[in-house]
Amino acid sequence: MAPGIAAASIRAVGTRLELAGDWSLNSLSRDIDRIRRTLASAPADAEWDLSAVVRLDSFGAILVWRAWGERWPGTLELQPEHRRIIERTAATPADALPKPALFGPRAALTSLGNSLLGFIDHALHFIALLGQLFLDCLHLLRHPRQFPLAEVSASVYKVGVKAMPVAAMVGFLIGVVLSYLSSLQLKTFGADLFIINILGLGIIRELGPVLVSVLVAGRSGSAMTAQLGVMRVTEEIDALAAMGISRSQRLVLPKVVALMFAMPLLVLWTSSVALLGGAVSAWVELGIAPVFFLETLPRVVPIANLYIGLVKGAVFGLLIALVACHFGLRVQPNTESLSASTTASVVSAITIVILADAAFAIATRTVGVVS
Amino acid sequence: MSTPVIELQGIRTRFRDQLIHDGVDLAVPAGEIVALVGGSGSGKTTLMRHIIGLTLPDAGRISLFGEPLHAGLLAERMARRRRFGVLFQHGALFSAFNVGENIAFPLREQGVATEDEIAALVRLKLSMVEMEPAHAALMPAELSGGMVKRAALARALALEPELLLLDEPTAGLDPDRSAAFIELIRTLHRQLHLTVILITHDLDTLAALATRVAILADKRIVSHDTLERTLALDHPFVQRFFHGQHRRAAAIAGEGG
Repeated sequence: MAPGIAAASIRAVGTRLELAGDWSLNSLSRDIDRIRRTLASAPADAEWDLSAVVRLDSFGAILVWRAWGERWPGTLELQPEHRRIIERTAATPADALPKPALFGPRAALTSLGNSLLGFIDHALHFIALLGQLFLDCLHLLRHPRQFPLAEVSASVYKVGVKAMPVAAMVGFLIGVVLSYLSSLQLKTFGADLFIINILGLGIIRELGPVLVSVLVAGRSGSAMTAQLGVMRVTEEIDALAAMGISRSQRLVLPKVVALMFAMPLLVLWTSSVALLGGAVSAWVELGIAPVFFLETLPRVVPIANLYIGLVKGAVFGLLIALVACHFGLRVQPNTESLSASTTASVVSAITIVILADAAFAIATRTVGVVS
Repeated sequence: MSTPVIELQGIRTRFRDQLIHDGVDLAVPAGEIVALVGGSGSGKTTLMRHIIGLTLPDAGRISLFGEPLHAGLLAERMARRRRFGVLFQHGALFSAFNVGENIAFPLREQGVATEDEIAALVRLKLSMVEMEPAHAALMPAELSGGMVKRAALARALALEPELLLLDEPTAGLDPDRSAAFIELIRTLHRQLHLTVILITHDLDTLAALATRVAILADKRIVSHDTLERTLALDHPFVQRFFHGQHRRAAAIAGEGG
């Protein structure tokens, strides 16, 4: 409300309604309920006096126009300027705004079909991305000088080196907890020494790679998707294509190579720290000296388990990077799609990693296990 | 003379070690259309962000409608912000909402109008910017550049502002669309008694709309006057900006003839 103008008011004098003051949205909002009631209780043949209204905006005009039942009243006093504002309201096309379709059986069927087709579409794009990367690799074999070394190096630093502190912390705590809980059980059987077998096999072969994958999918996978997504929104990817630079070669390949390279190293690092945590806990809980722990470990856990863990790390890294890039390249230019794609990227990456882990478990069930 | 709608006094802005504004003074009386003109990087958009209250200048006073911009309780500050509408350079429509929801959003947030009235207001605002009710269902990503500007203008008008801030309203529009958009703003200015501040690089927009021109150069407002008197000003920026473009336009006309 501008200073010096009285707030909106309405007064009923017999069948005559007198409106005065500032009939604009901000001013009306203070006393809207009373004004609405008075407008609603006005008789159909009321005489309207708007001559004392100082300001009238389109909200005020709509209030009055609807109170009139959307037609001009019989008796009306009004400033010509305000008449024009109400005329504009009256002249607005009355056809309703398009309504979103209601959800019925037909819409349910459509949405089911859409999600099925969407899944097929995703699968096809994923395969196309994989094929494109394969072609890029062939191309780079013939032109090794075009290898995006700087990008790979930057990515390794981002996804690998910077993830080391958090991976170490999570690994150490998991090692401690696992060791503590297992030793409680083992003590009752007097099988204290088996803590080394359990931790060694469990962490090196299984827990290390999966733990790192979940961490990296949440940390780097989401970042990759968001980065590619924003690059799509700001047309940076189109700009690359317009310069004749392959987006898969410059954006996707470095990420995939970097994760395939950094993940086994991260797995090695996290498994080591987790074993350290386990050894500390075993020392405190069972009195197993760390030196003894370290000496026994290679005897009870065959070296094949370490190789399996590292290979898993590389494969999981490949999968996470591929899924992240796939979803990043499919972001539509709006915020909703960006958030949906990032979520889908992380969830799919973790799911696919766990599926792949199950496949690994079956494929390597006879390797590296002392029976 | 009533209180100016916007009053800037001694605004000083510094980005790291770069001084952008050094003592900017500007008073905009009600009902004017003031064009804020300046070279690239002269801090026009920064000044507008100060006026909106998105950024704070390092020194100086900003008053809106006669009250200091950052004074009072949160509710008062928010109420002050509802008195102006902003058209951002790229529209800044919420990409997750369709056009109708974009326009209805500030109205719903205010919680005064009922759903029926909001629908009527959305129709009215759409017709003000010459869009069809059917356009309400479109998503911002489906709109052309001109439509984005129109929809963003409709949203800026949703809360019945007394002051309208336009950042490059005609940038990215072809001359035909641009002329239509200028006409639209002029009509709205006349009908709604708005005060308008616009930032522009386009001489046609400026000549067609502005009742006054404020020149931002040498880190301050060097001139705030009508277009005719601005043109007569002897300042290197004014010479380059106005007369440079005129020469080119004349050259094109000469080649054509």
